[in-house]
Amino acid sequence: MKNIVVRFCGDSGDGMQLTGNMFAQLGAELGHEISTLPDFPAEIRAPQGTLGGVSGFQVELGSEVYTPGDKADVIVAMNAAALKVCTLGSHFNHPQAHFDDEFALYHRHAIVIVDTDSLSDKDLEKAQYHTNNPFTELDIPESVQIVPVALTTLTKEALKESGMDNKSMLKSRNMFALGLIYWLFDEPMDKAIHLLEEKFKKKPALVAPNTKVMVDGYNYGQNLALNINQIHLDSQTNEAHGTYTSIAGNKATAWGLIAAAQKASKQLFLGSYPITPATDIMHELAGRKDMGVMVVQAEDEISGACISIGAAFAGDLACTSTSGPGLSLKSEAIGLAVMAELPLVVIDVQRGGPSTGLPTKTEQTDLLQAIYGRNGECPAVVIAASTSANCFDYAYEASRLALENMTPVILLTDTYLANGTALWRVPTLAELPPIHPQSVPEELKGKYNPALRDERGVRYWAYPGMEGYEHRNIGLERDAEKGTISTNPENHEQMVIARKHKIAQVVDRIPELKVIKPAGANGQSSKTDCLLIGWGSTEGHLHAAANELGCDLAQFNYIHPLPRNTHEVLSQYKRIVVCELNSGQFAAYLRSQMPDIVFEQYNEMQGQPFAVERIVKFVQQH
Amino acid sequence: MEAQEFKSDQYVRFCPGCGDHAICMALQKAMAQIGVPRHKTAVISGIGCSSRMPHYLNTYGFNTIHGRGAAIATGVKTSHPELTVWQMTGDGDCLAIGGNHFIHSLRRNVDLNICLFNNRIYGLTKGQYSPTSPKGFVSKSSPFGTVERPFIPAELVMGARGTFFARTLDVDMPTTVDCMVQAHQHKGASVIECLVNCVIFNNGTHSWIADREERAERSILLKDGEKMIFGKNKDKGLALDYSTVIPHLIIVPADDERVLVHHAGEEDPTLHRMLALMGQERYLEVDKQQTTEEAGLPIALGVIRNVEAETYDESVSRQIAEVRSKAKATDFDALTQTLETWKI
Repeated sequence: MKNIVVRFCGDSGDGMQLTGNMFAQLGAELGHEISTLPDFPAEIRAPQGTLGGVSGFQVELGSEVYTPGDKADVIVAMNAAALKVCTLGSHFNHPQAHFDDEFALYHRHAIVIVDTDSLSDKDLEKAQYHTNNPFTELDIPESVQIVPVALTTLTKEALKESGMDNKSMLKSRNMFALGLIYWLFDEPMDKAIHLLEEKFKKKPALVAPNTKVMVDGYNYGQNLALNINQIHLDSQTNEAHGTYTSIAGNKATAWGLIAAAQKASKQLFLGSYPITPATDIMHELAGRKDMGVMVVQAEDEISGACISIGAAFAGDLACTSTSGPGLSLKSEAIGLAVMAELPLVVIDVQRGGPSTGLPTKTEQTDLLQAIYGRNGECPAVVIAASTSANCFDYAYEASRLALENMTPVILLTDTYLANGTALWRVPTLAELPPIHPQSVPEELKGKYNPALRDERGVRYWAYPGMEGYEHRNIGLERDAEKGTISTNPENHEQMVIARKHKIAQVVDRIPELKVIKPAGANGQSSKTDCLLIGWGSTEGHLHAAANELGCDLAQFNYIHPLPRNTHEVLSQYKRIVVCELNSGQFAAYLRSQMPDIVFEQYNEMQGQPFAVERIVKFVQQH
Repeated sequence: MEAQEFKSDQYVRFCPGCGDHAICMALQKAMAQIGVPRHKTAVISGIGCSSRMPHYLNTYGFNTIHGRGAAIATGVKTSHPELTVWQMTGDGDCLAIGGNHFIHSLRRNVDLNICLFNNRIYGLTKGQYSPTSPKGFVSKSSPFGTVERPFIPAELVMGARGTFFARTLDVDMPTTVDCMVQAHQHKGASVIECLVNCVIFNNGTHSWIADREERAERSILLKDGEKMIFGKNKDKGLALDYSTVIPHLIIVPADDERVLVHHAGEEDPTLHRMLALMGQERYLEVDKQQTTEEAGLPIALGVIRNVEAETYDESVSRQIAEVRSKAKATDFDALTQTLETWKI
């Protein structure tokens, strides 16, 4: 088989994220492309066995993998609630389930592995089943191969001589399932064991029992010759030659900042406050003191931004990471960085909103807030990452643009990119683009003021410690010549234009928009009048949809300003459909920038990534 | 160095008669005395009359947004501990909108010198009551008198485990300069409560002790290691009365053997708190402020608390240095070598 989608579902204490990650990582190491989608509940520990506590992890393996997949080929369900959630998805609370080829979350010929020890009447009751036959109740077609496995019993059996208590033994159930899945895909156990040892490096006591359970799971499949055929994934990645690893978006973001700081010879400083789903960026950077990263866990979101602005004032590459509610709180401070013309990287890992909204779900709803959401006319650069791996590139890029243009740069990622993992070609520092932080000419020593600009309109950067450049920076309007406080009407207008111009000229420092052509049957793309447009994290889904539709795709990473050739490119198409996980923010923005172009829009607001099929259907039917 | 060197070319725009003029001059004098070069000094402020201060000092300065001075100053100092960082703030900027940043900068013990200008009013927004206005205070935003209980800044500082607290008066230049110099010498977050007069909106708020004649009787200048003696004739002293369940401060003759010696470096803040709270009841309620009867305990001025504790900024840098000295990988290319990778 070429590509395969596997979905793991269990209680939030069942270790599904770990299991899924290990399976994905082994796949990546074996040369497959991967894309993963962790989907966990907001509650830390919902009552065991309930629908609210189900944690899921989906991965697509193969070649030309753009997304974690729409439909599962293999499902692993650790209990009755998990079985319900992973087959019905977020529709689990609908009273009647009917299998529908179009909308089902799994294929008609999928394999469903389920723990039969967790399907007792009590389990079914907790998972709100109305009958004692879950498979019928969920309307799972007969063509689906259900593989009942007594996971709990078998795990206990595997560990009966370990001397472990019952509770500890049960924690290894996920490894039995993982072993079984490894058997299903005929994956090499030596590499799997090595990976397990790596994962449990910090808990060496757990290596032996988990290895035992995993191997027993594998052998269970092998020996009992389960009535299912093993799946051989023959696909190999088409990625360029190089050294690869798998990386989650938040970690990639953190590493992009580290690389940028080193390239720019700046200290990396992060001021941040814990917020889902951005916190892993802070976790990663707090652990990177070896790289000289300075992290302050602030007392609130506002402080996170302000502490970073302090570090920027003092000459650092300063960053703050947050999610939508935090971006709201930081608005005034970002305005200060705009006014004081200081470099600041603001990372907004978007989640479902408004207010507290859906903290663990994905959405693209902070776009207009990022572009416009500040008092006064307050322009900043806005860019977006589009894969978990290129979070690295765009975090690097955000740093470069901030330091070179003395402006806040808002980098938009989201839950889907942040928690998902993808194959990442590991770069060397030397091959990354140069960064030239704004500086100040020697001849301004003794004559410097914070309003002085270079020919691009970017003000010169001097900071405490530099002798002869002492100055007072302000959040008040400054005199365009002297840099001191000014309330002069003409001066304010001049400064509004100067700030706008400074952001507009960034267009000279970003790449042009490139259209992605669909991969035709013979690898040749044909001419099309139809263009799909997306921005940020929807790249994978839209790429897959564009391939299916034979449309071109323009996926935007540079939002404000837009690439120079945007209008030129867009005006070549008769039909343009802007697809977003919001109610049409980018479409509205594009209309405001290019009123002569007609934009159709396709939107989903369910806190979930797109399903490729739905996009295809929409474009075909409208 | 001369105070003149720290004056900027900006015209000082405080109202004529405002106490901030004196604090500005005191700071220039203190900076000259301290001797840290101008380019290694950063003065950070939020918004308010007091926050105009950076414009009048020829150092690095940043006049930021309302209430956030402490956070921004924390960023400057933490990222660059080699700098001397001052924060200029007022009772509104520091204790209302910026209250959270204030207490956390004290809790962390960031090595900042914080001048808290307390005039018990919002001046720049033209006369609203502040978190230090006494209950019952009539202002534009409280035409029938406030119904709020005020903060006593010293109490807040000690509650946040502050390591340095001093109180000074705009009209007392030598004490103000001395407090500023000691605040600079102290490693950690130092708060100087500067009692300043707002001649326009709250004139005479500190008149109880502003008058030099009265000041000697109504206040005490605390000096580390010296006996707590005050009065025009230096005839009064402070002592602890142990006759109550909780001992309390009393006034005794200066030659009484019970007169206490001030130890600003005492870790236990109990006595510092008692000293800092002396005479503060007059600022809790308007009715008490207007009373003319003899005040009882004097208001404490000078450095009340000055204890050493490891600073946040030093700890952050030290931890990074420690980890780096033991780390195998200290740059990006070495870091990527630690990944589990494979070739394609």
